[in-house]
Amino acid sequence: MASIQNQLPTTYLRPAKGLAALNLKDLWDYRELIYFLTWRDLKVRYKQTLLGFAWVILQPIINMVVFTLLFGQLLKVPTDGIPYPIFSFAALLPWLYFAGSLTRSSTSLVGSANLISKVFFPRMVIPISGVLSGVVDFVVSLIVLVGMMLFYKIVPSWNLLLLPVFLFLAMLTALGFGLWLSALNVRFRDINYLVPFLIEIWKYATPVIYGSTLIPEKFRFLLGLNPMTGVVEGFRWAILGTKYAQSFEPGPLFAASISITLIVLISGVFFFRKTERTFADII
Amino acid sequence: MTDIAIHVDNLSKKYKLGAMYERQDTLRDLLVSMVRNPFQKRNSSDNQTIWALRDISFDIERGSVVGIVGRNGAGKSTLLKILSRVTDPTGGVGEIHGRVGSLLEVGTGFHPELTGRENIFLNGAILGMKRTEIEKKFDEIVEFSEVAKFIDTPVKRYSSGMYLRLAFAVAAHLEPDILVVDEVLAVGDAEFQRKCLGKMSDVAEQGRTVLFVSHNMSAILRLTEETLVMEKGRIVKRAPSAQAVDYYLSSGFAETGERVWEKDEVPENAAPFVPKALRIKNEQELVTNSIRSTERMQIEFEYELTAPVTGLRIGFYLMSARGEFIFTSFDTDEPRLYQDHSVREAGVYSSRCIIPADTFNEGRFVVGVNASTFRIRRYFQDEYAITFNVDPAGAPGMQWPEQRLGPIRPRLEWIIEKR
Repeated sequence: MASIQNQLPTTYLRPAKGLAALNLKDLWDYRELIYFLTWRDLKVRYKQTLLGFAWVILQPIINMVVFTLLFGQLLKVPTDGIPYPIFSFAALLPWLYFAGSLTRSSTSLVGSANLISKVFFPRMVIPISGVLSGVVDFVVSLIVLVGMMLFYKIVPSWNLLLLPVFLFLAMLTALGFGLWLSALNVRFRDINYLVPFLIEIWKYATPVIYGSTLIPEKFRFLLGLNPMTGVVEGFRWAILGTKYAQSFEPGPLFAASISITLIVLISGVFFFRKTERTFADII
Repeated sequence: MTDIAIHVDNLSKKYKLGAMYERQDTLRDLLVSMVRNPFQKRNSSDNQTIWALRDISFDIERGSVVGIVGRNGAGKSTLLKILSRVTDPTGGVGEIHGRVGSLLEVGTGFHPELTGRENIFLNGAILGMKRTEIEKKFDEIVEFSEVAKFIDTPVKRYSSGMYLRLAFAVAAHLEPDILVVDEVLAVGDAEFQRKCLGKMSDVAEQGRTVLFVSHNMSAILRLTEETLVMEKGRIVKRAPSAQAVDYYLSSGFAETGERVWEKDEVPENAAPFVPKALRIKNEQELVTNSIRSTERMQIEFEYELTAPVTGLRIGFYLMSARGEFIFTSFDTDEPRLYQDHSVREAGVYSSRCIIPADTFNEGRFVVGVNASTFRIRRYFQDEYAITFNVDPAGAPGMQWPEQRLGPIRPRLEWIIEKR
């Protein structure tokens, strides 16, 4: 009998103290749960809507039309000779992905309160699946992008191959902030009200409706502090190719964005790990 | 050396009252207090705290089935939460050998929009099963749940019974080394309860360890060998189940014929319903826990509503000490009362019923209370709220000093004729 006992996994229960161990192996063991939660998110998101999955395509298109009328036609935002619709759409795609993922992941823990207070699993799977489920929407809306590239006769350059890298950066950014906000939300429900504002303001601080060349050169480094600048300008650079790259070089901006994202992500993981042990008690 | 499945040593758990009952934390409160008092050290000690568990130590051997009984707020659920790693202890240590699976409240983790099939996979993953494991057991799960016909229907269209069966079926096929069961059998029809109990004894026979929390004493007696009795966060007795249940029923309650609910004994989700007291009164309207079989008695439940409630009904459950139901009665059973009290405004109420003389046989009886709106919501339930004793003096058939079988002892009219 003793040999059976030796084969069984042993769990130790002890009070939470000090810096939490990262224990990412836990997360790996529960990778199937990440998959199922992401899949559930997708299955449920457009249930009982009239248009269903069409919303995925409509959202960026409507946004683009409004922006084009307002900023392209009326205010005539400079775009270095690129047609405004595709100029804004290339940036809207990653932005909408980011905004959706951040909203979902930061409210995700509170939305799963009954699970958290009753079942054990690494809590991080919840915000992670919130960030992942947006990727499918993103991929679907790429169809519109292809259509627009054909319409505006934009020849894809080799830059396009780096698109997944920029998407990955957007995911990491959303996850980093999502970890912070979702963990804080468990304790302070104010986050629920804060996030929409945050995203609204963030959108204007990111070159979505304008290009970063609009900002005077000596202040442009400030844009680099915003990790979404790197993502959005990276998308334009990848999609619009050399035509855009002439007036813009992504190098330094991108490096700054990556650094900030990594700082937020790593600190977010630690903060989440440290606080997750009390989630079940205060949620 | 015996084979230990669970070992805990001085386990304690402290809760902040504020965190348990009402959310007081908002960013604003924190900011305000930081501005007002910037140098004050902010920590949990200035909040009121309660110890949900205090210095719990025990070992549970592999393959044993152990019951846990105790009143609401005794710490049973907290103990299970710590054992299943949902929350951490405040003090003490524990060791668990093997995978822990918990049978949860009905359908935790079910999504109403998803079909039965989809929910089996989702719920299995939440409970820690691998996808291949679920696929292997899928047919078995469906068969056990008896919902095969509706397996591709969203579960929001299921009846509550189907929902429950499916939830139980998934968890029951988890095959953990240690199965933790918290009061799932309180719902569901008798047939299904039998099936669940059967499944649980199968689990035990396979050499797995089962921890079973229940208010259903007959289930505890039938299923478990040994039982822990908990009171106010401590284990007050550990004994073979028959002894433990007897101890719980006789000493776990105040012997005064009155049960008063303190604020910390009321679950937070009971609002706007606040139970106050339950009293047993004899024919002279004196509060007592000893009733004569030949006299009528009253059971009185006092409660407060902090907001108006529509369709509220207060139920009494009478049980024998062995946990067999004798009868159930609701305060609005009578159509007239049902109409007159369709809406109860906020305020303090009492619902009492009179039980006629010559009802009960000698022995100890248990009263459970329940406040609910039919098929909508259960506000409060305590299946073992109070006990009382019945003295048979003067009851029919006392000329023969022998035990009478059965929990009731009605005075019936007999006719003896010579033909």
